[in-house]
Amino acid sequence: MLNKISTYLYLRPKLVLWLTLGPPLAYMIIVYLGSLFNLLINSFYYLEQFTGLIVREFTLSTYARTLEPANLEIFARTTLMAIAVTVMDAIIAFPLAYYIARFTPPKLKTWLIIAVTLPLWSSYLVRVYAWKLILAKEGILSWFINLLGLQGALDWLLGIPAIGGSSLALSPLGMFIVFAYIWLPYMIIPIQTALERVPHSLVEASSDLGAKPLQTFRTVILPLAFPGVVAGSIFTFSLTLGDFIIPLSLGNSKFFIGQAVYSYQGTAGDIPLAAAMTMGPVVIMIIYLLIARKMGAFDAL
Amino acid sequence: MPSNSSSSTPKAPLALTIAAYAGLLFLHVPILIIFLYTLTPDETTYTFPLPGITFKWFGIALQRADLWRSVTLSLQVAAIATFAALILGSLAAAAVYRSNFFGRESISFLLVLPIALPGIVTGIALRTAIGGFDIPFSFWTIVIGHATFCVVVVYNNVLARFRRMQGSQIEASMDLGANSFQTFWYVVFPNIATALLAGGMLAFALSFDEVIVTTFTAGQQTTLPIWIFSQLSRPRDRPVTNVAAMIVMLITFLPIFLSQRLTASSSDTEGNSK
Repeated sequence: MLNKISTYLYLRPKLVLWLTLGPPLAYMIIVYLGSLFNLLINSFYYLEQFTGLIVREFTLSTYARTLEPANLEIFARTTLMAIAVTVMDAIIAFPLAYYIARFTPPKLKTWLIIAVTLPLWSSYLVRVYAWKLILAKEGILSWFINLLGLQGALDWLLGIPAIGGSSLALSPLGMFIVFAYIWLPYMIIPIQTALERVPHSLVEASSDLGAKPLQTFRTVILPLAFPGVVAGSIFTFSLTLGDFIIPLSLGNSKFFIGQAVYSYQGTAGDIPLAAAMTMGPVVIMIIYLLIARKMGAFDAL
Repeated sequence: MPSNSSSSTPKAPLALTIAAYAGLLFLHVPILIIFLYTLTPDETTYTFPLPGITFKWFGIALQRADLWRSVTLSLQVAAIATFAALILGSLAAAAVYRSNFFGRESISFLLVLPIALPGIVTGIALRTAIGGFDIPFSFWTIVIGHATFCVVVVYNNVLARFRRMQGSQIEASMDLGANSFQTFWYVVFPNIATALLAGGMLAFALSFDEVIVTTFTAGQQTTLPIWIFSQLSRPRDRPVTNVAAMIVMLITFLPIFLSQRLTASSSDTEGNSK
């Protein structure tokens, strides 16, 4: 019986393809793409200001509202933060990933990889909260800064209007540190994966041909590992664009995209505006993903 | 497990070693600080150094029924979302690996999208859809939301393993007269088992910790992350939050450790067989 079914299926690869691909595809299309499409449609509706009801009529007026100066400022602020966080994470992650990939014996490597992934397993919220403890005025960082006599330098940093605030816990600077910390493992792992895949023979060939270690690094290893950096940046960038927990817990009263969306759909009940606001990150991320795929970043995921 | 001794490990430059361990320190100090703060007798401020040491919060946390309810709910949601992701993700990986069909690239793109797009997009899209179709918010709406982004984790793990698997094994099995099901059970499944386990554990962890999508898809239910989020805005329960967080971290260490061992040892074997 099983043999018969097996032969039957063997002769019909198309059927097998649909049997295996059908369920996941159906789920993703109906649940995920369906919801996204529904969201897109909602972004073309509008909220009647007097009744507070959603009017299901096609309009571009909601999109016009996303382009109001206050909202444009939110987009700009969030995107800048996402770029800064991504760059910072790449800078911190690369040496660590490089060290793990090339300079550690297998046993130590296993432990280091565990050490890198461990924070991902501990609650994201709790790590955000840990930073509240660290950055608070009477907290641990202030204590160290006082100990080292760096209070003046901190005050100077907090005095800079764009990044400063009343304390580290209530400033864009503090938020930047927390964002960089929280997403860091997402950057390390793809870079490490990409570095592991750089063939040893190429590195040896490069040094056989007379390249100095730094030259080999710059011309052989770095270009081959770059898709890993791009893959990591997908996560750090996208996660920063959409997060609302960190801006809600830290930072000042200036909105980020996620926060704005959260409050428009929640307290304001303005689903069309919230939907239209999310289309910003969606468009940014789809363009980003298409470029990343061209650069081979998906192989490093 | 014989290790790969043929390639000796080169020595790292000092600056690189320092940068690497500084990075590691940055990753772990905040977590240790949570552990430290579980012991503070001070419940209203963040004072450092700690004014003293107490173990009373552990006892208090253990007696909190709301805490345990949310832990249970999170475990249930994660278990079911992982189960769904294991089935859907491995089916998709099998399909993409086996055949070269039109639109294959688009499918991997579609599967990556839920984790590549900001969580808030997935969250609000699902909420708008659920609300729009008058589906009541429930345990199942949380599961559906979680499964959507868990599928890709399993898919990635299993697909990577499929790509490293030697096709000749399958051919040999068929040549020796096994049917497809026997080949799957005796050849393919043992090969991908650890990838399934590793992917499953990762999916479980993702679901267990997810807060953004859950905020939008949950009704009255409180998962552990939502519980912690609600505690963040009510500072009086902070010591209990510390303890809860610490317990979660200690409990999750075992699966992560195992999943790493699983994937690491299987890649060793493959390195040796080549």
